[in-house]
Amino acid sequence: MKKTFLIATLASALAASAGLMPAQASDGILTVATIGEPPTLDAMQTPTDIVLMIDQHIFETLYTYDAQWKSVPLLAAAMPEISEDGLTYRIPLREGVTFHDGSAFDAKDVVASLTRWMAVNSKGKQVAEIVESLTEDGAHAVVVKLKSRYAPLLATLSQASIIIPSEKVADTLTEFVGTGPYALKERKPDQYTQLVRFEDYKSPEGEPSNYAGKREAIAKEVRFVPVPDANTRVEGLISGQFDYADSLPVSAYERVEASGNAKPVIFENAGWASLNLNMKEGLLTNKALRQAVQVALNPSDMMLAAFSDDRFFSVDASLFPGGSFWHTEAGVARYGEGDPEAAAKLIEEAGYDGTPIRLMTSRQYEFHYKIGEVAKAYLEAAGFKVDLQVVDWATLTTRRADPKEWDIFITHSNFPGDPTTINTITDSYPGWYVSDQKAKAVAGYMEATSDDDKLKAWEAIQTVIYDDAPLFKVGNFNAVAGVGASVDGYTPTYWPHFWNVTPKN
Amino acid sequence: MARIARTLLNRLGGMLVVLAIVVTVVFVIVRVTPGDPAAVMLGADATPQDIADLRTKMGLDAPLIVQYVQFVLGLLRGDLGQSIFLNQPVTQALAARAEPTFFLTLFSILIAVSIALPVGILSAVRRGTLFDQIVVTLTMVAASVPSFWLGLLLIQVLAVGQGWFPASGYGGPDTTFLVRLHHLVLPAIALGIVNSALITRFTRAAMLDVLGDDYVRTARAKGAGEGRVILKHALKNAMIPIITVIGLSIAMLVAGAVVTETVFGLPGIGNLVVSAVLRRDYPVIQGALLVVAAIYVLINFAVDMLYILVDPRVRL
Repeated sequence: MKKTFLIATLASALAASAGLMPAQASDGILTVATIGEPPTLDAMQTPTDIVLMIDQHIFETLYTYDAQWKSVPLLAAAMPEISEDGLTYRIPLREGVTFHDGSAFDAKDVVASLTRWMAVNSKGKQVAEIVESLTEDGAHAVVVKLKSRYAPLLATLSQASIIIPSEKVADTLTEFVGTGPYALKERKPDQYTQLVRFEDYKSPEGEPSNYAGKREAIAKEVRFVPVPDANTRVEGLISGQFDYADSLPVSAYERVEASGNAKPVIFENAGWASLNLNMKEGLLTNKALRQAVQVALNPSDMMLAAFSDDRFFSVDASLFPGGSFWHTEAGVARYGEGDPEAAAKLIEEAGYDGTPIRLMTSRQYEFHYKIGEVAKAYLEAAGFKVDLQVVDWATLTTRRADPKEWDIFITHSNFPGDPTTINTITDSYPGWYVSDQKAKAVAGYMEATSDDDKLKAWEAIQTVIYDDAPLFKVGNFNAVAGVGASVDGYTPTYWPHFWNVTPKN
Repeated sequence: MARIARTLLNRLGGMLVVLAIVVTVVFVIVRVTPGDPAAVMLGADATPQDIADLRTKMGLDAPLIVQYVQFVLGLLRGDLGQSIFLNQPVTQALAARAEPTFFLTLFSILIAVSIALPVGILSAVRRGTLFDQIVVTLTMVAASVPSFWLGLLLIQVLAVGQGWFPASGYGGPDTTFLVRLHHLVLPAIALGIVNSALITRFTRAAMLDVLGDDYVRTARAKGAGEGRVILKHALKNAMIPIITVIGLSIAMLVAGAVVTETVFGLPGIGNLVVSAVLRRDYPVIQGALLVVAAIYVLINFAVDMLYILVDPRVRL
């Protein structure tokens, strides 16, 4: 009896300690070469990819994205309880979670954090317009009451709506304290951001799937080092200085593969390139001419010029890639033809007066420039005159805000968790896509509460987008990165993450 | 003595005028250049409203003249402003990047001078020989090689191939000073070799100018040893152009090592300037260029002072 008790005590002690410590905790350090320095670690204020990539280790959101980019619980204990009218969301919160400063996570932190998010973040501001109230429901639940139905709510709560301790909430964040598997130790701008394992981290359960599921901080430290030069990232990876190098040029794929010290990894459908058309002023306010642009362009040639090898891109008319919940061919029209004759006919019918199309692109992203060059050739073949304007990215972002300055600009985006958060769909995004049929289709989507209804509504939106032609989707591109040969457990994701990754010892 | 003091004061006044012009020109140029720091900070997906809000928060929507007056008043207090992107004082950002730039400049110039002076002198003394022809050819090649290309080559051979040096960066947390210096070896060699070419050619030319002069012939006729003739009589008189080119090289290295710093991922001042331009971080661009201009002016001043030491005939 005594022996049984002893074994039981030991077993429970081991189980308890296993709960506190990561099962495979390592003393190793993961050094990650990034494309540059994050402007801040405040993801609410500046939700750029580089910020989100680092921040996801420090901070957590109520929900996150699984492999299908559907929102699943992270700091929330479960999916929300939604009232029958679709206007009230009760979100239960996980218990026993602590912040890096030792304080307990509760509803007060959620209300304070989301209130700030709704004040400073662009998506948060959109949500704020339809939120009637956000209140605590005891210590471990919050209630969101909406003025009208808002289908993308959970998707927007899965990105940049980070939860911070209520007492740290401020207009400008000075302390970066979260609940994530790693805590910020030191940041030296342009040198490194040093994260250390959070020993009291409480992980969500379940099989890892994209950002969802179990998270283990295996490496003792993760260091993000800005290395703006892509060749240096490649050489640093091969020499063993870096365990992971982000955004490698596709031309480096073979070199990394042949090195033996590292292996290239491809994250498929990392983003999509597009031509955004100006619907507010100038030539392309004419819908027929926008449709002529659709017919004239050949996406395969544009992507081949930009990415050189079909291992690194795919051409797909659906605005969302295969594998995504939102992938659909609904409404696809005049896509992939690259037919100058058909385009010329449309141009003639539209009464084109020979005014040049001002096509604005940047060399900051080399693939934007290459896409622009091929687009110019196809548009000219169809009979358009094209004024290709190559500027730096900062200039492009300024100019595109002025509808008098351009007709088409080239950009790229990731695949957001919710289709209505695609920028072009927003009335105010440069291009100013305002259309009655779009507004009606989007309103239909907002009313949907079930996944099936949302998908049907999204199909209607995509159909309208192809008819209105506010943008031309060029194609999906893959991201190439490199991982040290001795690093184990790395799974490619859009924002690369390093929990569940074992460094070399 | 009074003459020297007056000269110094004149020079100081001139320096202040130059710096005032630099400040104003840079202030205007960065603001008339298209591009918006708020748009860069917020990324590709930012809406016009987000950008406008951030501009207001950063004070970028104030009239230019107000921003200029604020900047100048700050300067008079020794305040270069607050970095928009780094959210820290510009002086702090510059101070954090001074160490790699300082030591990179120091090592590069030491390497360059150590190669250039003996080789340039020897090449001049042995004018027309095979050695001289090789030096002339090699210096022409080295002067034509971009330092970033040489940097990439060194990374491939000595960092990736041999593993002797790190490929990039300036060391992580808790690294010692020696480890940080270890990171500077390859970029210093890359810059040192490229700069040595120019200094070698100047040294050779300056020495050739003086080696045929009467006083050199006289020294030899008086029975002075060849070493003494070359080092004491010829080199001393050839030093003015050599000092000039070394001074210019140092000044260019402070801000001109931009590409090399980028290739090697060194967090130096050159790298900071490039990043600041891409980010349209106005206060950092202004502050960094002001400091660089001040260093240029000071180095030129120091070079002028050295002229007096080397050649007492020089009148300022």
